[in-house]
Amino acid sequence: MTWMLAAEEGGSNVLRIPMFEFVIGLVAFFIVFGALAKFALPKIKQTLEERADAIEGGIKRAEEAQAEAQRTLEQYQEQMAAARAEVAEIRQQAEAERASVMEEARKAAEAQAAQIAANATAQIEAEKAKALADLRRSMGGVATDLAGRIVGESLADDARASSVVDRFIAELEQASPNGGQN
Amino acid sequence: MQGAVVPMAEIEPGCHLGNDFGCGFPAPDASIFDIEPYFGQFTKPVFLLLLGSLLIIVFFLIAFRRPQLIPSKLQSVGEMGYLFIRDGISREVIGKDGDRFVPLLFSIFFFVWIGNLWGIIPGAQFPVNSRFAFPVGLAIMVWIIYMYLGMRHQGPIKFFTNMMFPPGMPKPIYVILAPIELISNVLVRPVTLSIRLFANMFAGHLLLTVFTVATFYLASPSVIGILGSATSFLMTVIFTGFEALIQALQAYIFTLLTAVYIAGSLHAEH
Repeated sequence: MTWMLAAEEGGSNVLRIPMFEFVIGLVAFFIVFGALAKFALPKIKQTLEERADAIEGGIKRAEEAQAEAQRTLEQYQEQMAAARAEVAEIRQQAEAERASVMEEARKAAEAQAAQIAANATAQIEAEKAKALADLRRSMGGVATDLAGRIVGESLADDARASSVVDRFIAELEQASPNGGQN
Repeated sequence: MQGAVVPMAEIEPGCHLGNDFGCGFPAPDASIFDIEPYFGQFTKPVFLLLLGSLLIIVFFLIAFRRPQLIPSKLQSVGEMGYLFIRDGISREVIGKDGDRFVPLLFSIFFFVWIGNLWGIIPGAQFPVNSRFAFPVGLAIMVWIIYMYLGMRHQGPIKFFTNMMFPPGMPKPIYVILAPIELISNVLVRPVTLSIRLFANMFAGHLLLTVFTVATFYLASPSVIGILGSATSFLMTVIFTGFEALIQALQAYIFTLLTAVYIAGSLHAEH
């Protein structure tokens, strides 16, 4: 029942191969191999594959999410830039409008002021002229009357009287430089 | 009997250095590997072999019972073993198409390792693979797989000619190279595969036994006895650590070489 690789009568031979051990060693190995290969290892192989898939899938999903986020960010930034440009344009427009409105208002006010000033000047001039004419006429009459009474005679000669009055008034005006304003 | 090698079975209890029982140092010899069977031919190594096989099966059936994507602690430990074989040996040596051999390599690694591991497990303390028959059985199985795959994948004759005439050599070299390659691949490989594992386990166990026996033998009330006994004990501890390393390493080498042979049978060497 034993193979003798190196026969040595009597003493123990460590290279002896007892058939019983040889067979039971192989049988034990095949039982271990069969049990592991059939029941234990296929499960863990599948699980490891699933895990690899899950990890790869997770990485892919994360990449997709990141790309999506990047796209959204770009979109948002684009919108922000557009909105900023719009705001700037509106502000510029408003500025221009405000300036033109102010300019117009200023011009209108100036025109109105000039109109009022001109009107006032004209009216003053007219009233002054009218007052001067009134004054001249009534002063002439008064002075002539007064002079006639003083000299006791009527100064019939109107022409002479008139020239005297005129001369008097001229003197009066010379004596009072502010006379034009009265 | 003084000075002679004493079989372990005949060691007297109380045989210490200096005791005048007429016994010298009972140096352990190869007879420590011949163990009386419990019954029939069921010796201690056979029993340990079967117990180890059972432990492997039970452990991995429980660890991989309901594998989850997020593994439990036990499943993680099992997965480390699986990935070590698949990524560290199979894919490294054979490549991606070696995945179908992972169960075989996985079984070989753990079967050999637990067989070796018994050598330092207290209470067992006998490496199963120091019984030559077990490594020989595995090596012959590996050799059959190697031959079968080679002839199937490369052709029954091409397999041998590919092996004997590796390309890129000057023509006259083949006169010497061809027979050497044939002998080394076909005949020497299974022999070295089995002897390497057997001899490592055999020598390791013998060494541990020598220092253990010396620890007891030298334990006597004298300076030399105490120092010698303490040193022997320290050496036993140190060599037990070494053994733990060698046991895993030999299981790894056996599995790695199996993968190398399979890789060589699938594709002709370039």
